[in-house]
Formats: sequence, structure tokens, C-alpha cells
Amino acid sequence: MKLFQKKRDATALNSPLIRRPIQKCFWLFLLPTFAAFCIGFLYPFCKGFFLSFCDFKTTKNWTWAGIQNYIAAFQDKSFGHAFWYTALFAVVSLVLINVIAFAIAYALTRGIKGSNLFRTVFFMPNLIGGIVLGYIWSMIFNGILIKYSTSVVLETKYGFWGLIILMCWQQIGYMMIIYIAGLQSVPEDMLEAARIDGANGWQTLWKVTIPNVMPSITICTFLTLTNSFKLYDQNLALTAGRPFIQQGGEVIKTTEMLALNIVNSFYASARSRGVGQAKAVIFFVLVAVLSILQLRSTKDKEVQQ
Amino acid sequence: MSTKTASGGFKRERRRHDAMSVIFGILSVIYLIPVFLVAMNSFKSNASINLETFAFPAEGTFVGLDNYIKGLTFGNYPFLKSAGYSLLITVVSAALILLCTSMAAWYIARVGSALSKVVYYLCVFSMVVPFQMVMFTLARTADTLKLNTPYTIPIIYLGFGAGLAVFMFSGFIKSIPLEIEEAAAIDGCGPIRTYFSVVLPMLKPTMISVGVLEIMWVWNDYLLPYLVLDRKKYMTIPIHIQFLQGSYGSVDLGAIMALIMLSIIPVIIFYLTCQKHIIKGVAAGAVKG
Repeated sequence: MKLFQKKRDATALNSPLIRRPIQKCFWLFLLPTFAAFCIGFLYPFCKGFFLSFCDFKTTKNWTWAGIQNYIAAFQDKSFGHAFWYTALFAVVSLVLINVIAFAIAYALTRGIKGSNLFRTVFFMPNLIGGIVLGYIWSMIFNGILIKYSTSVVLETKYGFWGLIILMCWQQIGYMMIIYIAGLQSVPEDMLEAARIDGANGWQTLWKVTIPNVMPSITICTFLTLTNSFKLYDQNLALTAGRPFIQQGGEVIKTTEMLALNIVNSFYASARSRGVGQAKAVIFFVLVAVLSILQLRSTKDKEVQQ
Repeated sequence: MSTKTASGGFKRERRRHDAMSVIFGILSVIYLIPVFLVAMNSFKSNASINLETFAFPAEGTFVGLDNYIKGLTFGNYPFLKSAGYSLLITVVSAALILLCTSMAAWYIARVGSALSKVVYYLCVFSMVVPFQMVMFTLARTADTLKLNTPYTIPIIYLGFGAGLAVFMFSGFIKSIPLEIEEAAAIDGCGPIRTYFSVVLPMLKPTMISVGVLEIMWVWNDYLLPYLVLDRKKYMTIPIHIQFLQGSYGSVDLGAIMALIMLSIIPVIIFYLTCQKHIIKGVAAGAVKG
């Protein structure tokens, strides 16, 4: 990662000839971005973190509540349900997307005719926005399920597998591109050597190709993992959490994922905003830990290379 | 190709490649079916979309351009207005992000002060923060500062999207040899001239990558504009579609299919014209992010 290249930093920064004049133009180069960054990220982040310890209806009208919101968030059954549902979804989609994307990338780097065209087609759904994707697939699923007089919002399992299919359709192309880049960088002479030593296709794949594309595999697995955890638009458009069930006096939205659960608890009632903000902080910690693990393991793999 | 493969092996290999081409050809067609279905259903009547989703438009179910005409005038907000705002927000945000963050990244990469390091690490940090963490306070801040119109929302996008862009630009700038800029400085260029006539042209590949990523993000973004924009006055395409579909009871599926088709067409045109850059940009962004 560029982040850890301290050495190159030192040489690049040691030129007063460049540094001093730029520093004088601080207001032009750094200030606009920094000011927008404070408005669009820094201030909302700090204020949001602070408000997670408060009772509030608007950002100006708050009272200190300590860790009350966090206790309420952990006791909220719908939040727990959303967490496990999201985790299950993340694992299933991670395995499916990566296996299929790798298989396609592997086939498309064998020099078959039309590879570029196929690559273009498989990547295309990735450009369509989440909301639109959700409605396209809800039309398709409902078109199939109406024959059995049911619909995608009537049963949890349809909502779950529907979202899996949708995410596969959208993300396989993206991961395929990363795998293709990885596969193309596998040294040709290594494959040649394996072939001359009498390794068959499977042996070459497992012993030579896969160890060499480990960096791509790490990137893709973590990308699919964090994408699933942060998923919102598709979830909202396909099922919006339906079907709902009653459980111990609480309404559980059975296909609601973490991000949707958080947004819902913010805007369902003004009373639950503090809890919503506390959930958002928990969510942030979860996603941040996953992302840091990604940076770590990517870095480790690059050192080995 | 291994040298010891006999000519029979070559033939077998070629035949297998041809078979693979056919299989992938079929798979590609299957992969595009959802888009075909939307196109097909946008010409059908409501009842037939619901009951016979997979049937071709026929005598009784074909309604011509009715769905499109209905869709464009559907509800109390014209779709073209939403599309216009979407385009405006996307273009202005992407341009603003490219210009401002590349300048900031140059400052960060070439000035080793404590401030530039702090800003850099804050940017990296912002990349791992999910939107839900800041959404409520961000929406309120935007309201207070009057950043809730399509003309000013690009500032919010610049702020929230700065992380990845600064990270990618400064990574690239650090790999550019310093001597080029030094030569410009010795020849009497001030920092502004050095930036615009020396550094900016060299940043072109990263500009394309970042530009593609930001355009895709802003164009498809739903939650940020939904919360930030003044919804009675301004909508974008995703908000518009969600709004029509969300109002249950009397959903006009035909009109919605037509609108979905209208919102996919520009994306597909954009994709087909800059396909190479998009795929490259996305791969670069993924590897770095």
C-alpha cells in the first residue's frame, strides 16, 4: 500500500524549491478541499459520535444520556436480527460471487475468441444503480413467483436468495475484472515450467496460479464482504425488509439488513434517534475493523510477493 | 503454447476453445436478459407485466410508447427535471472533486508539514466510515449551510468523496519524479502555473480513474441526495424511481419500466463509449481502495 511507503515520502518532500511556493498558496490548493471535507465529513462525524451519547430530536436540542443508547441498541431485537441476517448474507454472497467471478476470469484469460466482448457484457450490470437494480429484479422474481401465487416480499427465503442473485448479477463482473488483472500478472515462465514438469491443469491451477493471485483474492473477498455489510439501496428497493413478523411484542423486519435497520430507526420516530446514532457508531466500528483487516492482509501479501 | 504439443493437441485445444466461446456466448445472452426484459415490458400493458412478465408484447398487450409518455408526465414531478438535476449534480460534483482534490493531493504530497499529514490520514480514515455514521448530522449541517440544492450539493460530495480521490491522487503524485517540477520552478513558474501546465497533464490517467469512480458513485447515489436535498423541490433519478415505486396502492408498473429503461440507456451509452477507461478505472480504484 502507498500508505506505508515512508522512504519515498522523505525524498519527495525534501525540495524547498517546490515546497515553499506551494505552502504560500495554501488557500488555493488545500483550503477548498479541506473546508468541504470539514463540512461533509469531519464535523458530521464528530457531532454524530457525540450525539450517540445523547437523547436528541434535532442536532441542536440534545440532553446527555451516557451509554443508554448503546444499551438500547444492543437490546434491540431487530438490530440483532439485522446483524445475523447481514452476516449470513455476506458469507453466502462472498463465496458465490468470488467462486463464479474467478471461474469466469480464469476461462476468459485462456485466449478464447470473444473474450473482450464477454468481459464487457459481464461488467455492464455494475454500472446500474442499486435502486434501479432492485426494481428490475423485483419485476423478474415476481414474474416467476406469481405463477406459484406468491411474491418476493411474502417469504423471507425468497427475499434472501433474491438479493443474493441480484448481488451476484451486479458484482461478478467487477470482481472478474480484478481477477483478470491478477491472472494476467502470473509469470508465463512459471506456468511453462509447471507444464514441462508434467503438472496437469488442476495441479497448475492450485499450485501455481492460485498462490500467485492471492493478492487479488484478498482484495475481492474483502470488497464483497464490506459491500454486503454496507448494502442499502438494493435491500430497500427489493424488499425493504418485508415480510414483517411479530416476535415478543416487537416487529422484526425479516429481510432488513444493518444499514437499512439504522436508517429506519433514525426516521421511524424522533424518539429513537439517539439509538439510531448509537447503532450507526457500532456499524462504523464493524465496517472499520473489516476494512483495516483488509489493508493489513493486502499489505502482508504484497510483502511476500 | 508448449512446444511438445502435437498437432492433434492443437486441434483439440482449438475445438475446446470454440466450445468455450459458444458457452460464453450463451451465458452473455442470459446475463443480459434482465435488461431485455425491462425493454420488452416497457412496451406492455400493466396487467400483462404483472401476469406474463416473460411473454413478448402481443396484439392485446402491446401499448406502443404509451408507457413512456405516461412515465414522463407521471406523478406531480416531471421525470426530465429529475434527470436534469441528476446530470447537473453528477457533472459538477465530478469536476469539482477532480480539480480540488488533485490540487490538495499535490499540496499534501509535496509539502511535508504536520498539517498535510493530518489531512492525508483523515482522508484515509474517511474511506472506512459508512455513510450511515454521518448521515443525520450531515443532512442537518447541509440544511443550515443552505447546501440542500442541486447547485450547492456538489460541495457535500466534494467533502464526503474527498478521501478516495486524495488517496489515489497523492499516491500517483508521489511516483512522479520531483525534478520535472523543480525544472519548472527554476524556469520561473509559480506554483499555480507549475500545477496547471506541468502537474495536471501528467495526472491524466489517474484523473480518468477517479472521474469514472466518482461519476458512477454520484449518478447512482440514492441516500445522500435523498436526505440532503429539499425533496419537495428537487429530485434525482434514483429518488424519482424510488418515490414512484414507494407510493403503494396504485403503482403504474408500465410507466416505471419505461422510466427504468430511460435511466439505463444513458448509462449504457456512457459505458459503451468509454468502456476501456471505465474498466481500467474501476480496477485501479479497487486495488487501491
